[in-house]
Amino acid sequence: MNNEVFSVFITGVGGQGILLASELLSEVARTAGKDVKKSEVHGMAQRGGSVVGHVRFGAKVASPLITDGEADVILAFEKLEALRHINALKPGGKIIVNEQEIAPAPVAAGLMEYPTDVWGRIVAVSSDAVKVEGAKLAKEAGSIRATNVVLLGALSAFLPFEEKIWHEAIKKRVPPKTIEINIKAFSFGRRAAGG
Amino acid sequence: MSDKILLSGNEAIARGAYEAGVHVATAYPGTPSTEILENIVRYKDVIYCEWAPNEKVAVEVAQGASFGGARALTAMKHVGVNVAADPMFSFAYTGVNGGFVLVSADDPGMHSSQNEQDNRRYAEFMKIPLLEPTDSQEAKDMVSAGMDISEKFNTPVMLRMSTRLCHSMGLVELGERKEFPVKEYVTDFKQRVVIPAHARVLHVKLEKRLMKLKDYAEKTPLNSIIEGDFEYDGKKIGIISSGISFQYARDAFPDARFLKLGMSFPFPIETCRRFAESVDELWVVEENEPFIENHLKKEGIACIGKEKVPLTNELSQSIVRQAFIGEKAEPNADTSDLPPRPPVLCPGCPHRGIFYVARKLGFTSTTDIGCYTLGMLPPLEVGETCICMGASIGNAFGMEKARGKDFGKNTLAFIGDSTFVHSGMTGLADIAYNKGNIAVVILDNSITAMTGHQQHPGTGITLMGEETTKLDYVKLAGALGIEYVFETDAFNLEQITDVLKKVKELDGPKLIVNRGRCILLDIKKMKITPFVVDPEKCSACGLCFKLGCPAISSGETTEKGRRKATISPIFCVGEACAMCEQICPTGAISQP
Repeated sequence: MNNEVFSVFITGVGGQGILLASELLSEVARTAGKDVKKSEVHGMAQRGGSVVGHVRFGAKVASPLITDGEADVILAFEKLEALRHINALKPGGKIIVNEQEIAPAPVAAGLMEYPTDVWGRIVAVSSDAVKVEGAKLAKEAGSIRATNVVLLGALSAFLPFEEKIWHEAIKKRVPPKTIEINIKAFSFGRRAAGG
Repeated sequence: MSDKILLSGNEAIARGAYEAGVHVATAYPGTPSTEILENIVRYKDVIYCEWAPNEKVAVEVAQGASFGGARALTAMKHVGVNVAADPMFSFAYTGVNGGFVLVSADDPGMHSSQNEQDNRRYAEFMKIPLLEPTDSQEAKDMVSAGMDISEKFNTPVMLRMSTRLCHSMGLVELGERKEFPVKEYVTDFKQRVVIPAHARVLHVKLEKRLMKLKDYAEKTPLNSIIEGDFEYDGKKIGIISSGISFQYARDAFPDARFLKLGMSFPFPIETCRRFAESVDELWVVEENEPFIENHLKKEGIACIGKEKVPLTNELSQSIVRQAFIGEKAEPNADTSDLPPRPPVLCPGCPHRGIFYVARKLGFTSTTDIGCYTLGMLPPLEVGETCICMGASIGNAFGMEKARGKDFGKNTLAFIGDSTFVHSGMTGLADIAYNKGNIAVVILDNSITAMTGHQQHPGTGITLMGEETTKLDYVKLAGALGIEYVFETDAFNLEQITDVLKKVKELDGPKLIVNRGRCILLDIKKMKITPFVVDPEKCSACGLCFKLGCPAISSGETTEKGRRKATISPIFCVGEACAMCEQICPTGAISQP
């Protein structure tokens, strides 16, 4: 039996909808018949801090964590967080970056600068990094709050799951009134990433 | 498609409690254990559940339920077991009636805790059986297994989780609820009243029980071998592990022969000895303390453990791999120069105002466990000690006793409402009784905020959603003999300033109840008009930066290199807070 474990490392800032994204991905992998583990941290770490979600799936998954050099894909909701966690990326892995900058506290307070060359440093590690205009596409789909689903759409282009499984998972998980917007947002993201 | 569902370890424990026929469940919230009771409440038709004021009370209520004949479960974070240790040690003597399981959720790596104590040592210290699941499925199943052991051997049981089990999701196959009707209650003074004459007899019984439990631990399928033929350096390797560490070790060495300890106390030494004899070299993989390793070495079983595996911080598959065979991934890039993104007080947080004023007026202050601990970060820098739940009051009072009454008059003890009910009332009684001169500040945000909004005796709502009596801090302070009691609006900086200035002049113990609801309770319902900064009026004085509000950041720079302010329309909560508007000396901050 092939026991390759596929690892998706999701990162961003508290409040961006990262936990929902990792939950949806886990549900899709489960529906596709995979063993799945997902890990995240609650509590102190949620108050505007860096947030990460680890999702791993395969025939049998042992550790719920993704450590350095193990991520097949990094999905970053914020540029600086993409760079912060870039060491998780496996050689030849794919990194998908939302085109958004959120100033961390030391930058907002004027104590440090938001680095100017973040994208360049990402591309230096992964030349085929994918940039997604999450907020813009979400607005086009009908609501900026669907940014996380746009990014899931982009992620889906690099995963072996059928689009209809994704749609089912989204329909089950988002408020009924927003299903249409979210399905649209998903498709926009998927297309933007070439899927 | 799998018919299993995805559950976090905490959700799985809740489901396990349901399936195991639990009738009573209690807890005080604490990361990483909080979601256990938050999910048990889904079964409130068949399980009575409550937020207790603290972990000691939680254990005592669950213990009483067990004495009364019901299966009972209590859950807490690792340091909560310190608070609850007293009734637990006696419980080992008295034994149970209905089954009893205490879930200890440890926090290796201290994701949201003040230490990384390893509570496996508590199980041994308390002399109660210890179960250690390695994933969500086992977490669920071990609640039933724990209840069975508890009733079969007449003992409380500890089920030990850790952050990465509590907050990781895995596939779980559900079962049906098994009903265990509440057992008969029979008065038994000798068994449940631990006066010395009884306790001496009970201790002897306890030691006999442990011998029987040890036999059980040697035979239970909870301890199992996973075959493998991994060799390293020409030697066949065997690995003993438990809990989440087992998964890291399994990930690092998938072909190795494993002994997985699901029941690690009483320690199954003969099982381990046989396993050790079946391999050439024995490795032990465990987070934090050398619990397994010490048991092995005490009995002369050679193994490699903490000489290679780190004692501090949490483990992972790569740390385990590196520890034993030195393999490590090369970093893709140096990211050490990046600005950190630490947790901060939210925009609109009610704690910010009184911290700002206290710093401005030059108070010494102690703080406590909660969101407000973050007040110690720049630029607020308020709260100079933080030790454990409730310690702010004793610490501040002790400083006064060391440094004199005038120092006391200039000292504030900051404590959240939930933390105050947990462990602050006794401290407040102490400063009244022993004539303190400090002021205690209850930061009353009407909720247990840090752990994600749980009710408590000060909110007037129970875990099961019923309205109930509401603790009155002002009346309580009066009854305790606190001379001066003030109530302030957490968002009114002028009022807070007046009260804090008054406090500096008054001799005697003082209480300030600073009221302002956690902004996150209401933010989704609020219609927000964000504040804006008029760059023409902004004099770049920098006062508003001193609030440490994440919504306020640097805008344009003046010719003299000073920074004007700008306010993020996404983060600002508008008039619900308005603290920056109150402190701006030039009227540059307003709502359009």
